[in-house]
Amino acid sequence: MLTPSKVLDLYFLEARCMLIEVAATLDRFDRAVDSDSNGDGGDDRIEKLYESLQVLSSKSETSDRSEQLLKLFSGPA
Amino acid sequence: MQIIQPHYHAIARTAQDYERMAMSGVVAVCEPAFWAGFDREYPETFIDYFRQIGEFEPTRAADYGIRHFFWVAVNPKEAENQELSREVLKRFPDFFKMPNCLGVGETGLHKSTANEAAIFEEQVSLAIEHDQLILIHTPHLEDKTHGTRRILEILEGLPVDRNRVWIDHAEEHTIRPILDAGYWSGFTLYPITKCSPKRAVDMLEMYGRERILVNSSADWGPSDPFTLQECVCEYRRRGNSLQDAMEIFYNNPVRFLGQNPKFDLPMLKVEEMREEAEEPVEQPAEESADLT
Repeated sequence: MLTPSKVLDLYFLEARCMLIEVAATLDRFDRAVDSDSNGDGGDDRIEKLYESLQVLSSKSETSDRSEQLLKLFSGPA
Repeated sequence: MQIIQPHYHAIARTAQDYERMAMSGVVAVCEPAFWAGFDREYPETFIDYFRQIGEFEPTRAADYGIRHFFWVAVNPKEAENQELSREVLKRFPDFFKMPNCLGVGETGLHKSTANEAAIFEEQVSLAIEHDQLILIHTPHLEDKTHGTRRILEILEGLPVDRNRVWIDHAEEHTIRPILDAGYWSGFTLYPITKCSPKRAVDMLEMYGRERILVNSSADWGPSDPFTLQECVCEYRRRGNSLQDAMEIFYNNPVRFLGQNPKFDLPMLKVEEMREEAEEPVEQPAEESADLT
């Protein structure tokens, strides 16, 4: 298993990149809403994205964020 | 669609990259001088490097029908060594005379030290003195905000024609001051550490296409020349016309680089060709009869 420092050495930039892409996607959505007379069209997928960010923003002791997100994005079992 | 790759480190790439670029519409590449991955110790090493990108790379590109142009500079990282840098700068005018040399680039800042700033200023001044185009590298990652601001401050004190200066590697947090000050701005598409094709198209939507150059700056690190084609696809996927795409990925490089007459590619316009409907030819009655 990698040391904590090595994990960041290997994956910090990749995670930074993915987070910026998420930010850009949310910005893109906001601009589209602003220019569309129908607004967000009641599409709840955007809410799923914001819910997932709440999962990411909390420090977890169980290291199961990936599992939580997959359940969030899953249909009923 | 025809594409110009305005910032490309061919010396670090394979012939297959040239071949695939040619097959995907690239008609010209421009190669700035950059850091080789280690700090060079001798001025002569730079001179041979400039000869390689100025004399040899055009022959590799020509094998695939691609025009190749180059720039000379001491990159910001090695500019820390002022004595070495000044020896190299003395040789720039020899390269300015070459038929495919576009100017001074990529100069700029890396960690924004006093030594880097001094050599950056000297390189810009040399370019102005010799009426050359200027290509400026802005720093990476956490150093970009401060470095871009310092570059703009330094340029403010120099008699540059801002329309002849291209400040590269801009992202969402640095593009506005570059464009507001009247310079050309570049987006460099990298898989991880710079801008992505989707974000580049976002910025094109937000800021328009005037004074924007998009490039992949592919080099020896994690990079991919085809992020440029990915960006073209993303731009078209969002409903933009072929002509609009041509303006950004072909005509804008011609607009900027063509300020140096050595870059002689023509501007292109997409025209729709419609075949005229052929008028039916009526056969004279006698001839028709003969045919039966």
